[in-house]
Amino acid sequence: MKILGIETSCDETAAAVVSDAREVLSSVVSSQVDLHARYGGVVPEVASRAHVELLTPVVAQALVEAGIEDGHVDAVGATVGPGLIGALLVGVSAAKALALVWDVPFVAVNHLEAHLYAAFLEEPDLEMPLVVLMVSGGHTLLVLMEGHGRYRLLGSTLDDAAGEAFDKVARFLGLGYPGGPAIDTEAMAGDPTAIAFPRAMLDDGYDFSFSGLKTSVVNHVRKNPHVSTADVSASFQQAVVDVLVTKARRAARQHGAKGLVLAGGVAANSQLRETMLDACMADGIHPLLPSRSMCTDNAAMVAAAAWWRLAQDGPSPLDTGAQANLRLPVI
Amino acid sequence: MLILGIDTATAQVSCAVGGHEGVLASSHSIRARQHAETLTPAIAFTCQQARIELSEVSVVAVDLGPGLFTGLRVGVASAKAMAHALRVPMIGVSSLDLLAFAVRFTPRLIGAVVDARRGEVYHAFYRQVPGGIQRVSEPAVGPPDDVASEVLAGGEDCLLVGDGALRYREVFDGLHQVEVADAELAYPSASSLVMLAHARALREQWVKPWEIEPLYLRKPDAEIGWITREQA
Ligand SMILES: [Zn+2]
Repeated sequence: MKILGIETSCDETAAAVVSDAREVLSSVVSSQVDLHARYGGVVPEVASRAHVELLTPVVAQALVEAGIEDGHVDAVGATVGPGLIGALLVGVSAAKALALVWDVPFVAVNHLEAHLYAAFLEEPDLEMPLVVLMVSGGHTLLVLMEGHGRYRLLGSTLDDAAGEAFDKVARFLGLGYPGGPAIDTEAMAGDPTAIAFPRAMLDDGYDFSFSGLKTSVVNHVRKNPHVSTADVSASFQQAVVDVLVTKARRAARQHGAKGLVLAGGVAANSQLRETMLDACMADGIHPLLPSRSMCTDNAAMVAAAAWWRLAQDGPSPLDTGAQANLRLPVI
Repeated sequence: MLILGIDTATAQVSCAVGGHEGVLASSHSIRARQHAETLTPAIAFTCQQARIELSEVSVVAVDLGPGLFTGLRVGVASAKAMAHALRVPMIGVSSLDLLAFAVRFTPRLIGAVVDARRGEVYHAFYRQVPGGIQRVSEPAVGPPDDVASEVLAGGEDCLLVGDGALRYREVFDGLHQVEVADAELAYPSASSLVMLAHARALREQWVKPWEIEPLYLRKPDAEIGWITREQA
């Protein structure tokens, strides 16, 4: 079964065709990063306008690359939330229109669930339960996945999302936007042990807090104006990574997880990937680090999640709208 | 030739299908902020009522705005996707043209006025010509007082139509040569859209789906802020 996935929840316009949630036939992502860079963050109205302009060519390209001749896919899935409401509505409207014309099911997809399914695209037969660490600009979640569609939320951030912390620190250090890749690159030349930034709530349950860390970075740089930006970046990044990996590892141990999965844009961070891999090796857990392009927002993960949702719940009604604050459906 | 018309640029969601025989079926509802929920089922229903299959549609027409950004995009994104999937061309028409077209039988000057929120309106002026209307001013956005002064400067009888004219009625009611059209004409209609688009389709004045762009008339706030900062 071939599913066309559409993703427009934030600043990536994406479409993909995936067969049976396993085989990615095409995955096209048109990033708007350059459009938003001068504002230092995603501007909702600018994003929505770009989605309207880009979506038709992106869908067309995804269909052509997948070798779909008469637009005949078996279902259309689209992200309905969480995300920017105006941006989401562009993708949802287009997806429902395509489903109506092709007379195939429309499937509403939760963006967070889609991130979980990115891992299954590379290893469809992953054994459960799994612990998933989902880290992005908007989310920091630690999730126990007991089966398809069966999630327990173990912890989340109490203030800033991990990616948000990267963006804020990068902006403060003058490294530009987006902050994640900027700090990742800068940190390569720095010493991660140079500055002992705090590891908030390290031994305290599964929730996260990153706003204190950001404040420590600001204070440290103000007190030491000649400090190396590379050292600050590397030390900050190590502090974030330590907290994320320590908690994910502890959760995996406590719940007898068969594997540990990384998801979300921050999962593209080199230091996080390396540390996570080492931790899994040490604990004898199966690590699943989807390729960077599957970690950041894309539509292949949407099509994969749509396949599972369709099998489980059937099609979504055509009067489905978008929900900016949609949560992960936990049990 | 069958035309599917989609209009979600204002508080109203409407769609219609028609062609040589005129409008075969139409649907409209005013449920602000629920455009995406309403539109897709409305299209399915309207086609059913007209007893046509979507695959018979040969042109998709859409209201390009100006209007409410989020609602407008729901219609434009849906229309583009449908035209793309059907492999048919598109015709975009401005919401102001649609409002004026609905009152084309008046010999008076016609002012189409759409509520732009934040104390402003989108507006343009039109005149009756054989077979329809002709726009005589550039579409613009500004306070309703701008519309009032233009009418006064023109010094001729004028019919104002649109939700913007109704919302700022008190601005226009004092001017003796101005009449504001009824609430039933306050929103662009997909039926007008189908009729206008049909005339253009006969002359093959259509475009490809990826060439369709909404008519915003206003920059995003952030961009306005950025330009101000750049110039400061
Ligand atoms: Zn995401």
